[in-house]
Amino acid sequence: MGTYVPDTREEQLELLKEAGLSSMDEMFSMVPDNVRLKEKLNLPDGMSEMEVLKEMEKTASKNTAFRSIFRGAGAYNHYIPSMVESVLSKETLQTAYTPYQAEISQGVLQSIFEYQTGICELTGMDVSNASVYDGATAAGEAVAMCRERKKNKAVVSEAVDPGVIETVRTYCYGNEMELVTVPAKDCRTDMDALKEALDDSTACVLIQHPNYYGNLEDAAKIGEAAHDVKAKFIMSVNPFSLGLIKSPAEYGADVAIGDGQPLGLPLAFGGPYLGFMASTDAMKRKLPGRIVGQTVDGEGKKGYVLTLQAREQHIRREKASSNICSNQALCALAVGVYLSSMGSEGLKQAASLSASKAHYMAGELSGLGFKVISDDFFNEFVTESDKDTAVILEALEEKGILGGLPLDKNRILWCCTEMNSKEDIDEAIEIIKEVC
Amino acid sequence: MLIYEKSRKGRGCQLLPKCDVEEYTPDKAHLREEAPKLPQVSEVDISRHYSELSRKAHGVNDGFYPLGSCTMKYNPRVNEKTAALAGFTAIHPLQPEHTVQGCLQVLEEGEKALNEITGMDAFTFQPAAGAHGEFTGLLLIKAYHLANGDTQRTKIIVPDSAHGTNPASAVMAGMSVINVDSDQSGCVDVDKLRQLCESEEGKEIAGLMLTNPNTAGLFDPNILEITDIIHSCGGQVYYDGANLNAIMGIARPGDMGFDCVHLNLHKTFSTPHGGGGPGAGPVGCKEHLAGFLPGKVVRKGEDGALHLVKPEKSLGEMKNFYGNFLVVVKALTYIKTLGAEGIRNASENAVLNANYMMAKLRDKYDIAFDTKICMHEFVMDLSRLLKETGVSAMDIAKGLLDHGIHPPTMYFPLTVHEALMVEPTETESRETLDWAIDVFLSLYEKAYSDPEALHRAPETTPVGRLDEVGAARHPVLRFTEE
Repeated sequence: MGTYVPDTREEQLELLKEAGLSSMDEMFSMVPDNVRLKEKLNLPDGMSEMEVLKEMEKTASKNTAFRSIFRGAGAYNHYIPSMVESVLSKETLQTAYTPYQAEISQGVLQSIFEYQTGICELTGMDVSNASVYDGATAAGEAVAMCRERKKNKAVVSEAVDPGVIETVRTYCYGNEMELVTVPAKDCRTDMDALKEALDDSTACVLIQHPNYYGNLEDAAKIGEAAHDVKAKFIMSVNPFSLGLIKSPAEYGADVAIGDGQPLGLPLAFGGPYLGFMASTDAMKRKLPGRIVGQTVDGEGKKGYVLTLQAREQHIRREKASSNICSNQALCALAVGVYLSSMGSEGLKQAASLSASKAHYMAGELSGLGFKVISDDFFNEFVTESDKDTAVILEALEEKGILGGLPLDKNRILWCCTEMNSKEDIDEAIEIIKEVC
Repeated sequence: MLIYEKSRKGRGCQLLPKCDVEEYTPDKAHLREEAPKLPQVSEVDISRHYSELSRKAHGVNDGFYPLGSCTMKYNPRVNEKTAALAGFTAIHPLQPEHTVQGCLQVLEEGEKALNEITGMDAFTFQPAAGAHGEFTGLLLIKAYHLANGDTQRTKIIVPDSAHGTNPASAVMAGMSVINVDSDQSGCVDVDKLRQLCESEEGKEIAGLMLTNPNTAGLFDPNILEITDIIHSCGGQVYYDGANLNAIMGIARPGDMGFDCVHLNLHKTFSTPHGGGGPGAGPVGCKEHLAGFLPGKVVRKGEDGALHLVKPEKSLGEMKNFYGNFLVVVKALTYIKTLGAEGIRNASENAVLNANYMMAKLRDKYDIAFDTKICMHEFVMDLSRLLKETGVSAMDIAKGLLDHGIHPPTMYFPLTVHEALMVEPTETESRETLDWAIDVFLSLYEKAYSDPEALHRAPETTPVGRLDEVGAARHPVLRFTEE
């Protein structure tokens, strides 16, 4: 049996005696007999570290780690600089709690302040919070923060990631906001349908950029349409694209959100990732979650604290802007290290590499007779062909390649990143050619 | 100094290869013209920067962290090792099912273990944190009532000693909050509760949220009566698992009459807090709620393989994908390491360490509700000390910082005025407890002999007490170049 209790059995009994207790049973006397567990938990016996490690390795080996990945759709296989893992393994930063005691938490607080700065730089927005759970929950929170008296309707494009839409739907199921989705036409938000959905009761419009299908949207125009009915414009963006593509601020967004996973976090079967949230200065007191601010101590020395806490649950209880208390601080740290390692040039290079590979692959697939539905896309695109998607994807899988995400029988959503070399792409194309 | 202030034009790391295909440039309408101003720093600059930040922080693996209600137990290293296996980290969440059988096995084994520990029938791992779990649990209750046509059940009862997240979660779930006072012993006032539930309002009650043991470290002796009262009026009972570390292998929420629970894997199951996340807040429930669970659950098919299955009346998705998966890997590693006996042993020692500390401190410090025995944590009430010396709970907390101890939770629960809530956890040795007790006692003496010194504390930390009012009044929330 493994244990992390340092004291020996004898020492434990000594403590018990000195606490004035005769037995463990007496110690638990507050727990009434009628709810006491009479039997031992039905769980396997404990194990030594070596055995546990072996068992978990065996479990992990039942997964297939693909050597070449062309699938994105909300989780992206990007290069993670060595420095990220190195910093995240620092036990102090890893094992600290939320920085309630600022005097001994300056390291954590400063890293969050730096993260907030990075998110503001990327998105062009004025204020960032310390992060939320993931991109989908960020969307749920963003919609809720735009609600106003007499403005209870959220309009969401169906060109947003379906996992994000479903999460927003759940948040709206909770807080009883009305959710209206606007169809996508040719893998883009249908402008006419959008305008039809807008009215005075619209609190916000949510789009994704690049959208779920990889396409760039006419974001500025959508933003204008939202503002015309005094609704807030929320853009869910792939932060990785911001090295190359205009920032949400430039398109007129009031709130910018997204999933930070592409910035230094592994695929990890879907989590932990991080949701970032940034807004205009005017909306900062509506942001949910932790926010770190700069201040001084009694001697004028610069320091950082959790701030604007009047928004939060531990002060406001049922009047809080959200129930969120933890952020994803360690993931935010990863993003901070990632952005420092890449720098503006590196991020631009990585974004450009990803987009270039995707456009190359789209061209090659088009050469094989696939219809590329997307045109103005970043690093994801949709193809359509008569060939059954399952046949194509199975052929790739056999060779250790994870192909794009099947959208239906004939359509595939592909993704390329800087991790896909020309050689890898050519290999995949050859395999596809053989089955088509 | 911020990493942004260390930036020097032209510096950087060489991380990526040259482009081996034709370079693509987006249309002018979308091309970013002004690059984000990210730090331009060399690898060595980065390495030293974060080492410096690490020195200006305090983690539970550095030293004693008796932060009540947060269960700051030691975070085992092997957990980090298993969660870093490429067989877990390199797996795309949308891979075909037959290529993720290992991940599904983690979720399946995790669910079985948590069912057994809590006495529940099913779990979802989708909630990313405790508060997210509360929100999920309340939506489960909401979905259940709506499915029964009970549209009028929109009120949730929350004791005044509850965590602030409880009422905030209720509002997110579209419910209104009825606060009930605690009785003099710090537990739920059963008579008042019965009155409320038997009144006309009883028909509007969706349920009750409860932490047991509660935030004062007391196990509610009337727990069966309480859950019975709620069920009798048609409500559901929600267990806030924040304090589960007190009772593993001793008692189970499922046997106390609770219908659903959330657990904090980052508290009870030893996964690191990461300076405020990522955590994991899986939600478990009894059979009658299981069909409403969000996301997908893992079930074994007739083919012997594991499958992701959407519960038939699922309330929706709480977030994308399946939750903070790597955190679940860590927690499962912990459960496997400890086994049935080790898990009980952990709770026993958590309660033992708390009782030992309380016994040694009670001669000086007043214990809230004056209990003789506590569960895994206890609350000290420093009102008398403040009155006699002018030294507050805050001052004692700051004094602890100068001794390298992370202070207990301050000013919580709200039912105690000058509260310090102490939760030593099971992973502290006798020497650590004895040393901490000495520090607590010496600070008590100091409050009488030299209160000024405690008002000045801390004096050995990288910064002194910070101006929080100024920070909120003139918010500086990001670095800007001058």
